[in-house]
Amino acid sequence: MKNLQETKTQEALPENGNVFTAPLQRRSFLQFAGASAAAVALVAAGCKKDRPNMPMSSGVTLDFKNDFGVLNYAYALEQLEAAFYIQVASAPPSGFSANEKAYFQDIQFHEIAHREYFKKALSTAAIGSLEVDFSSIDFTSRTSVLGAAMAFEDLGVAAYNGVGVRLTDVNFLLAAGKIVSVEARHASYVRDLVSYGSFADLNTLTALGANNAGGLDAALTPDKVLPIAGKYVKTKINVINL
Amino acid sequence: MNIVNILEEIEKVDGEIYERLNPRRAAMKDFFNMSKKITLAAMPLALGSLFQKAYGQTTPATVNEVLNFALTLEYLEYHFYNHAVVAAPGLIPAGTPAVGAITTIRDHELAHVNLLKGALGTAARPALAYTDFDFTAKNTFADVYSNYQTFLAVAQAFEDTGVRAYKGQAGALKGNAVLTTALQIHSVEARHAAHIRFMRQGGINGGGAAIKPWISLGAGGVANDTGITQVDAVYAGEDLDVQTGVTITGIATGVTKAKAVESFDEPLAKANVVSIANLFLKVPL
Repeated sequence: MKNLQETKTQEALPENGNVFTAPLQRRSFLQFAGASAAAVALVAAGCKKDRPNMPMSSGVTLDFKNDFGVLNYAYALEQLEAAFYIQVASAPPSGFSANEKAYFQDIQFHEIAHREYFKKALSTAAIGSLEVDFSSIDFTSRTSVLGAAMAFEDLGVAAYNGVGVRLTDVNFLLAAGKIVSVEARHASYVRDLVSYGSFADLNTLTALGANNAGGLDAALTPDKVLPIAGKYVKTKINVINL
Repeated sequence: MNIVNILEEIEKVDGEIYERLNPRRAAMKDFFNMSKKITLAAMPLALGSLFQKAYGQTTPATVNEVLNFALTLEYLEYHFYNHAVVAAPGLIPAGTPAVGAITTIRDHELAHVNLLKGALGTAARPALAYTDFDFTAKNTFADVYSNYQTFLAVAQAFEDTGVRAYKGQAGALKGNAVLTTALQIHSVEARHAAHIRFMRQGGINGGGAAIKPWISLGAGGVANDTGITQVDAVYAGEDLDVQTGVTITGIATGVTKAKAVESFDEPLAKANVVSIANLFLKVPL
């Protein structure tokens, strides 16, 4: 494990190297263009603003400059899901059947396993624990719990699908792929409990980026996912380099 | 002044601009090199050339290979379900939610076929018809179209294989915009797989096979949790509980080996998927 972390850090170095050399390439280009660039409107659009790069002081920060940012993003979502299912599994709604109780126990352990996996994989790069806000969920109501579970699972699928393309380490990409299909299995099951047969009703998922005509599931970029998830999080989540 | 800001402006119109540009470092490099040689007047043209490269570049051969591989599997799944829906009367219990479910899945597989065909264009593999397949796998599943339980068992094997197959190709698509589309298909297949598993269990009414919506550890700790040894190959390696060097079993209280295995779906290498698909193809891949 430790070795793997070290290997990852070393692999990450050339990536950082690219980040440092890229502005140089840009500079040589801009040196040339800058001579009388004011005349070119399109180039002028490039002057509009500087990208904010300073980390915020409070809360947690997801820095998407490299794979660790993506993994921390996943870690944040898994923290949220795990906290939700721990609460459900510890005191299920009275309307849950024995089978449903058992399966929500299962899901609880899956989300805990995902959360702990990211924590270990990230090691010292991991963000801290998030404080959750489930005040909008009635944990005594089967309907409320299933509705929230469905929202979490569908959003989780959308999040992993939408962020996969940012991963540069093939092993982390694969790990994310191993998790997202389990989230999709959860989503399928929970949806079937809400309305039997709605396991893959893509028409109801278009707001999350699904496309029924293409048979495509939800996919959202982090800037779209975080505001939705934010409803359930008290801790301030800062995002940089997205 | 920053070209990133220009890209941000474009992103407002085309949300995928970074995905289009990122995997094409060569286009960016060409652009920067070129910028040293051109005059200011040519600048907008140069930018146009950069984006033409980003949008118009032909798909790499390896990506086409992945897409054609996926297309073959989608043909297999589509014809499997379509025959059940249109040509196997009495197989799927009439008047039950199963009819809608199998039809939905059939429609998704057709959508995937059309999507992949469209993406591949002239590079698409020759079309496969129902008659190109033997869904009994040389009588291993002789009653696949007359025994509903056999049909569901084979369906489950196809869906779980599909999930594993797409996952196995993720690395080949790393950083490519095509990856997102492949992931979107991949999770739809996982939804199908979970539902078929739930159907085998009897759905919300229960009473069927002891199969979870997620792939668990089989009896006696084997990788195949279906109890059907004929599909062992579909589940080979699913019992892995170490992920990128992190041991999942015991990672927290209550996370047993079975829970660890359920928490992560495993990929399947192309060669293994091909040998499974070949059981059902009259002309092997």
